[in-house]
Amino acid sequence: MAINEQMLQSIIEEVLREMGTSQPAADAPAAAPAESAAAAAESVELKPEGEVKQGTASDEVLIGLAPAFAEFQTETIIGIPHSKVLKELIAGIEEEGLKARVIKVYRSSDVAVCGHDAAELSGSGVAIGIQSKGTALIHQKDLPQLSNLELFSQAPLIDLDTYRAIGKNAAKYAKGESPSPVPVKNDQMARPAYQAKAALLHIKETEHVVPGKKPVEMEVIFK
Amino acid sequence: MRSKRFEALDARPIKKDGFVKEWPEVGLIAMNNPGDPTPSLTIENGVIVELDGKKREDFDMLDQFIADHGIRLERAEEAMAMSSLDIANMLVDFNVPRSEVVDITTSITPAKITEVMGLMTVLEMMMAQTKMRSRLMPSNQCHVTNVKDNMVQIAADAAEAAIRGFDEMETTVGVARYAPFNALAIMVGANVGRPGILTQCAVEEATELDLGMRGYTAYAETISVYGTEPVFMDGDDTPYSKAFLASCYASRGLKMRFTSGTGSEVQMGYAEGKSMLYLEARCLYITKGAGVQGTQNGSVSCIGVPAGVPGGIRAVLAENLIAACLDLECASSNDQTFTHSDLRRVARSMMQMVPGTDYICSGYSSTPNYDNMFAGSNWDAEDYDDWNVIQRDLKIDGGLQPADEETVVAARAKAARTMQTIFRELGLPEIKDEEVEAATYANGSKDMPDRDVVADLKAADELLARGATAVDFVKALDRGGIPDVAHSLYNILITKAAGDYLHTASMLSSDWEVISAVNYPNTYHGPQTGYQISDERWQEMQDIPWAIDPESV
Repeated sequence: MAINEQMLQSIIEEVLREMGTSQPAADAPAAAPAESAAAAAESVELKPEGEVKQGTASDEVLIGLAPAFAEFQTETIIGIPHSKVLKELIAGIEEEGLKARVIKVYRSSDVAVCGHDAAELSGSGVAIGIQSKGTALIHQKDLPQLSNLELFSQAPLIDLDTYRAIGKNAAKYAKGESPSPVPVKNDQMARPAYQAKAALLHIKETEHVVPGKKPVEMEVIFK
Repeated sequence: MRSKRFEALDARPIKKDGFVKEWPEVGLIAMNNPGDPTPSLTIENGVIVELDGKKREDFDMLDQFIADHGIRLERAEEAMAMSSLDIANMLVDFNVPRSEVVDITTSITPAKITEVMGLMTVLEMMMAQTKMRSRLMPSNQCHVTNVKDNMVQIAADAAEAAIRGFDEMETTVGVARYAPFNALAIMVGANVGRPGILTQCAVEEATELDLGMRGYTAYAETISVYGTEPVFMDGDDTPYSKAFLASCYASRGLKMRFTSGTGSEVQMGYAEGKSMLYLEARCLYITKGAGVQGTQNGSVSCIGVPAGVPGGIRAVLAENLIAACLDLECASSNDQTFTHSDLRRVARSMMQMVPGTDYICSGYSSTPNYDNMFAGSNWDAEDYDDWNVIQRDLKIDGGLQPADEETVVAARAKAARTMQTIFRELGLPEIKDEEVEAATYANGSKDMPDRDVVADLKAADELLARGATAVDFVKALDRGGIPDVAHSLYNILITKAAGDYLHTASMLSSDWEVISAVNYPNTYHGPQTGYQISDERWQEMQDIPWAIDPESV
């Protein structure tokens, strides 16, 4: 029952070991952090740009959104607007001097699939997957789909600071660094309060799954 | 202006729990879903060609596995011809013996047994549970974990839990690489407390099997099955791969059970418009079909889902009862936080505590919940006295008994010292005297000094790398001058070699007798039959140390 955490832990350790042997990417320029990024983002529009091109730039991190994100659902399980979530993820990536590219995944609502499909299309091989209810992970293209670099399984405990830290850490992995994992919060009363609602939101997300449909590149317009 | 009454009501813990309304079309409904299949069964030339309204050519892999392995065919047509109401009546009527009911309930389909449950109230199901439990006497299981993965504390908590009455104990890890130490600690601690306790370590499936084969554990239960094909596939599994895994355990004489529960499919978004209970019934038929002796069910970690919809806790009782009806051992959950309300968590557990199941909790947290690495249990160490008083109030045997401080402290001390010895003898990182003392008197890991985690993990890797098995543990304990615990670990190995505790609902007595549904079948058939609390046991259960003795006043 603690399997996910254990698998996660062992994979992080393994990846960190492997990364320890290679030098971190040379001084990536630290971009000017987008200060209080979320404050400005009242809403967000996703504009389809056609089929996602295979990335070649090693300085990009992809964000794979689950099917309903920012379209059929607009906030996480605790009511954080998707506009702010997306703004913080992107700001975290840019803070490390990397570029963010946003895609919508349609073939599954599973956060691992959203993250892994995006990682395979990412020039750096690193991506973030996120569901409408807020569950997120950092994935890497060479890992099995069911594992990940970092998993944030308890959506009710993820705040905007954590989303920003997720963006930052994803960018650090993309640069070949070995960041300390973003601290995962744990609350044994999250289940009583949120499990049934989580099921409901996940069902509503899964209704927008289109089997076989390829991911679509999205231009992100904050308003 | 707000009503002060409503303000008071809004401040109650129950208001923090999450509830949702039913949505039957997507399976967000506990039981009695109009979308559940109508029961049906057609057999041609000894092969099921239609199951619950589906033709063989339309079967998914779960239907096929159930049709080929999960249903007894000899009397199936006769059993399916009975009305569901007649079967429900047989279940409740204690004049109909369990063996006769099992003949019927193992010969019907998942949709049929779901329909039977749908006709029963919780009181009727509890009556049926009393009769249908596989083993004569109920029992209880606990979790023994802590956030630091401190193995000295695990051993001490396991020893105390043994004194308090648990027959099976389960640990897991915070950090995966601690698994060998946690498995060793719970086995040593449990057997210090009471020889013959079975222990397990719930980790990733391959690691769990490896630990079992090395003898670090005595059983396994975290082998999950699901009620729809997409959810099974999400876990990279099939009923066939799970059956293969089950046979790996059997090959080493290791007891094992599957895990499943209502709500998992709808939680994953693929309930196919069926009720949670119908999908759980399919899981249980897969368990039966795989030849596994038992199940851990009762929604388990998905409990927040059925608990959020109307009748959900009724469905959880129904799923435990279906397990018993399929002649499986049932470790009936009661092991996960699902409510902020103390009233509600007791009401939920009454459904299993009163009739008694093979393991009422699977498990009860033997530490404060902050140390529970299964995300918190419905019951924890600080509820020990409440549990014992409920047993005493109702004269029901929930598997525990009161313990006095002196006995508990002595057992904890011995367990901690035994860990110190075995670590020394195996050349593992030192366990200091101050750790032994802290574990002896600790309530939780906040009372424990920190260890050198890096050194521990390196040593744990090295222990596995050098191929150490439970035989090395026995030798180390013997060398270290703790022959009684060495003897206990040795006896568990011998019992495994004989394959004796592969029988349904088995556990070991302190005299190494296998107690199972085979030699101690449930014989309940009305008042004064079946399991009766002996005078000696009743004395033990009622003896709370803080009760006033009339002779002393």
